[in-house]
Amino acid sequence: MITIKNLHASIDGKEILKGLNLEVPAGQVHAIMGPNGAGKSTLASVLAGREDYEVTEGSVDFDGVDLLELSTEDRAREGMFLAFQYPVEIPGVSNVNFLRTSLNEIREYRGEEAISAKDFMAMVREKSAIVELDAKLASRSVNEGFSGGEKKRNEIFQMAMLEPKLAILDETDSGLDIDALRIVANGVNKLRSEKNATIVITHYQRLLDYIVPDVVHVLYNGRIVKSGPKELALELEEKGYDWIKAEQEAI
Amino acid sequence: MSETQIDRTVSTFTKHLRQTEIALPADLVHKSMDELNGKSFPTTRHEAWKYTRLTKLSKLSPTVATKHEGINSPAYAIHSTGNRIVIENGTVNFDASQFETVSGLTIKRFSECSADELDHVGSMLSVENELFNAMNTAYLQEGILIQIADKAQIEAPIELIHVLSKVECSATIRLFIHIGKFAKAELTIGTWAAGAEQSILNAVAEIHVSEGAHFTLRKLQSEEEGNFQICTEEITQEKDSVFTMHTVTLNGTLVRNNVRVRVNGSNCETNLYGAYLLKGNQHTDNHTVIDHMMPHCLSNEMYKGVIDEQATAVFNGKVFVRKDAQKINAFQSNGNVLMSDTASVNSKPELEIYADDVKCSHGSTTGQLDEEAVFYLQSRGISERSARNLLVEAFIGEVLEKNDNQDFTDKTNAILNERFGWER
Repeated sequence: MITIKNLHASIDGKEILKGLNLEVPAGQVHAIMGPNGAGKSTLASVLAGREDYEVTEGSVDFDGVDLLELSTEDRAREGMFLAFQYPVEIPGVSNVNFLRTSLNEIREYRGEEAISAKDFMAMVREKSAIVELDAKLASRSVNEGFSGGEKKRNEIFQMAMLEPKLAILDETDSGLDIDALRIVANGVNKLRSEKNATIVITHYQRLLDYIVPDVVHVLYNGRIVKSGPKELALELEEKGYDWIKAEQEAI
Repeated sequence: MSETQIDRTVSTFTKHLRQTEIALPADLVHKSMDELNGKSFPTTRHEAWKYTRLTKLSKLSPTVATKHEGINSPAYAIHSTGNRIVIENGTVNFDASQFETVSGLTIKRFSECSADELDHVGSMLSVENELFNAMNTAYLQEGILIQIADKAQIEAPIELIHVLSKVECSATIRLFIHIGKFAKAELTIGTWAAGAEQSILNAVAEIHVSEGAHFTLRKLQSEEEGNFQICTEEITQEKDSVFTMHTVTLNGTLVRNNVRVRVNGSNCETNLYGAYLLKGNQHTDNHTVIDHMMPHCLSNEMYKGVIDEQATAVFNGKVFVRKDAQKINAFQSNGNVLMSDTASVNSKPELEIYADDVKCSHGSTTGQLDEEAVFYLQSRGISERSARNLLVEAFIGEVLEKNDNQDFTDKTNAILNERFGWER
C-alpha cells in the first residue's frame, strides 16, 4: 500500500527524518512507537503534506502514485487519511457540511457523481454509530466545544465516511480514558479490511491491546531502527527506550 | 506632494452643482450654504476621517445628470413585488419604478411636497461641521417621504434602488421616514452603478421610529470600483420600539456609512449588523453611534469584514450609555479577516458609560484565516480554494444570517457568487 524509501525531511533547516524506510502492505496494521522527538508526528505530517516540512531526499510510493508530488487534498483524494493528534476546531462550519464538501470533492476527483442528500444522511447515521458518536454532534460546528474523546471519535467518524486506503492515526489514543479508547479502537477495527492499511502512531502499548498490529516499528532519531511482532510493543512498555538508544549508539 | 498643496476646497467640488429647488426650510438651506462657504474637505488629521482619505473625492467636480439612461431596474431589484422606487442619478425614474397602493403607507417625493409637509426635514440632522450633511441639504435633488400610519402593518418590504449611470455625476438624496405608533415596516435600499466612474452618491435618511413600532432597514451596497458613497442615517427611537439595520457592503472605491441611533425611550431594542467583503482598491468605513439615553434597553451590534487584495476597512463604533440609562444591555463586536498581506483594517470600538447598573461588552478582532483549519480541511480532500471559502463563509455567515429576509439573502449570495465564486 505504501513504500517509503530513504525519506529525509527537515523543518526550519533542522533534519528530523534521516533516511526512513517503511513498507506497509494492504490488509495490515503497523504500529510506530518511539521516544519523544524521534520524528513520529513529523512522519505523519510529511505524509499528509504539511508544507512546513521540506522533503530533501527519498521517495514515497502510495499504491502506485508518487505521493510527494501530490498536494494535501490530492493525497486525501487518492485515499490517504490522517487522524490528527490535535483535531482543529472550526467555528461556523458544520460537521455535515464539511463532510459533504469533502466527500463530493473526493468523488469529483475520481470521476464519480455527487452523493445525494438522502444517501449522505443515511451514511452519516450509519457511520456515526460505528464510533457511538451522538448524531447531534454531526450537525454541530467541526470539533467546536467537543470533549477530547469526542474529537478523537469525530476523527474516526470522518475516517469511516471517507473510507481511505491508508489511515494514519497520530497518537489518537493520547488523552483518552479506557471507554473512549475502546470505542475508538472498535471503530478502527470495524473499518479494517484486506484492501486497506493502517499506521498507528502511539506512545503507549495500551492501544495495541485493542488495535492489534501485524508489525511494530521503533522510530528513533529519524529512522526505523527496529521492527518486530506485536510482542515488541510489550517489551518497549516494560524496558523503555534506553536499550534501543544504547543499541543505536553502539553501532 | 503634501496634502496642503492639494486644492481641497469644497467650491471646486460643488461648482457644477445646483442649489436645491426643494421646499426645504429656508433657514436650513442658508445655514448649509454658509457652512460650505470657504470650507475645505476634512483631512486625516480630522478625527472622524482619520483613516478615510477624501483626496480622490475632493479632486472631482461632478455634474448633475439631467436625463435617465434607461437602466434595467429588474436586474437591480431585490424584491420582485411591492413598492419599488428607482432613483437614477438623484431623481426618480418613473419608468423603472413600480407603485402600489397600500393602506397606511404614504410615499411622496419632496418635489411634490409643500413647505409645510417638509417642515420637519433636517430636524434630526446636524449640518454644523458636517460637510456632507450640509451638501445634502444645500444641493438636495430629491427626497422621498415615507409615512407609515399608526398601527399599520406593512407586510411587503418597500424597496428603494439607487443607480448611478453617468460618469462623474453627483446624486444627492434625502429620505424622511416616519413609522407611526405600533406600526411595522421594512425598507430595503440597494445602491448600484453602471458605467458611472467617479460618481458619488450622497444619501441621508432621517428616520423616526415611534412608540411600540418595529422598523427594519436592509442595505445592500454594491456599486462599482470608481464610485463614492457617503451615507448617513439618523434614527430616533421612542419607547418600546425595535429598530434593526443590516448593512452589506460589497463594492465601491469609498463607502462611508454614518449611522446614529438615538434611543430616546425605555424598553427599546436596537440591532445593527454589518458585513463588508472587499477586494481590489475598495475602501469601506462604518461609523456607528448608539446613544442610550433611557433605561431598560438592549442593543446588539455586530460588524464583520473580509478584506482581500489592497482593500481597506474602517470600523468606528461608539456606544454611549447616559447617566440615567440604567439597566442597559449593550453588546458590540467587530471582527475582521485579512486575506492578503496588503489588506488592512482600522477598528475602534468605543464604550462611554455614565450609568452604573449596566451590562456592556465590546470586542474587536483582526486576523488571518486559521491556517491549521485550512490544512485540516485540505487533509480531508477539500481544495485549498474551497477550504478558504468555507472558512470565510463561516466567518461572515455569522452576521449575514442575522438577516431573515430571503430575497435579500438571495441577492447577497448571487453577488458573492459572481464576485467571489461562492456557492452558498
